[in-house]
Amino acid sequence: MTTETSAPATSDADTTVAAPATPGDSNAPGEDTAHGPSTGISNTKLAMWLFLGSECLLFGGLISTYLLYKTRRGPDNLAIPTDVFDIPFTSISSFVLLMSSLTMVLALAALTRGDNHGARVWLLATSMLGGVFIGGQVYEFTSFLREGVGFTNNPASSAFYALTGFHGVHVSLGIVMLMSLFVASWQGKLRQEHSETVEVVGLYWHFVDVVWIFIFTVIYLVPA
Amino acid sequence: MSTTTSAHEAAADGAPEDAAHEHPEHEHPSDWAYVKIALILAVITAVEVFTYFETVLDWGSFLIPSLLIMMVIKFWLVATWFMHLKFDNPIFSKMFVGGLLLAVGVYVAALAAFEFWA
Repeated sequence: MTTETSAPATSDADTTVAAPATPGDSNAPGEDTAHGPSTGISNTKLAMWLFLGSECLLFGGLISTYLLYKTRRGPDNLAIPTDVFDIPFTSISSFVLLMSSLTMVLALAALTRGDNHGARVWLLATSMLGGVFIGGQVYEFTSFLREGVGFTNNPASSAFYALTGFHGVHVSLGIVMLMSLFVASWQGKLRQEHSETVEVVGLYWHFVDVVWIFIFTVIYLVPA
Repeated sequence: MSTTTSAHEAAADGAPEDAAHEHPEHEHPSDWAYVKIALILAVITAVEVFTYFETVLDWGSFLIPSLLIMMVIKFWLVATWFMHLKFDNPIFSKMFVGGLLLAVGVYVAALAAFEFWA
């Protein structure tokens, strides 16, 4: 992921330089490994930002669906999520996720200055905070179910679980990526020259955070 | 970071000079700067939650705009500082904001359609 821009020239890279590259072919090995992409920006970061741009549409659809259905109790007039929201609890979860963005950026800053141990600690802290958030979400879903707000109760419940569940899946995937980085760092495979890998995972992590900033305000705090 | 590296490589290889200027070398903020941003985010979140429980002040019609403004400020702080959009190549900002505006535009139109014509 990072070799194209961050890795120092190695004998492998030198070999690649010697290989003939077709002019204008952005996928030519020599162009990518030794000289960087012709745009002057990292392909990996560009891809991640494009992905995040498309994710806006995914979450936009889920949020819109919830806003559309949030008061629909269905023919049986069953409870909807807004009846059982536990704002103090969700506020703490939101705060935890927000602070995980801080630890994520501190992990990147540590790795960028060559502090591998610091990066490892902050990566572990980030994944643990993410785990706390997911644990909170599991608790929230369980208590909602106990209070009679099931997934198939009514359109409002279905839209709520779909939205927050999708977000939870994103956070869980982020934790898997963070733990992979942590293990790589533990094994000595994550060094300063790989900081772009951490940066790209960080972008994903911050994105799930900004999505939650939106969800917390629009879904939980704005009165129905 | 990597963009800076690319700029140096581009310049060293005799690429057009503006390619290097396009991605000027930047120093990422200090850890303390990130902590300060996190503190601001925490304070804004506290104010948001305060509006939910607060009964003395009558927010009235200001409540929803206030919440939305605070949300936008938090979103902007995370995107610019933690996601480094403030320091990175502007094309990343354009890509993200483009997706965001497209999403907001499409879904505001969809919600309006359901509200007024359904």
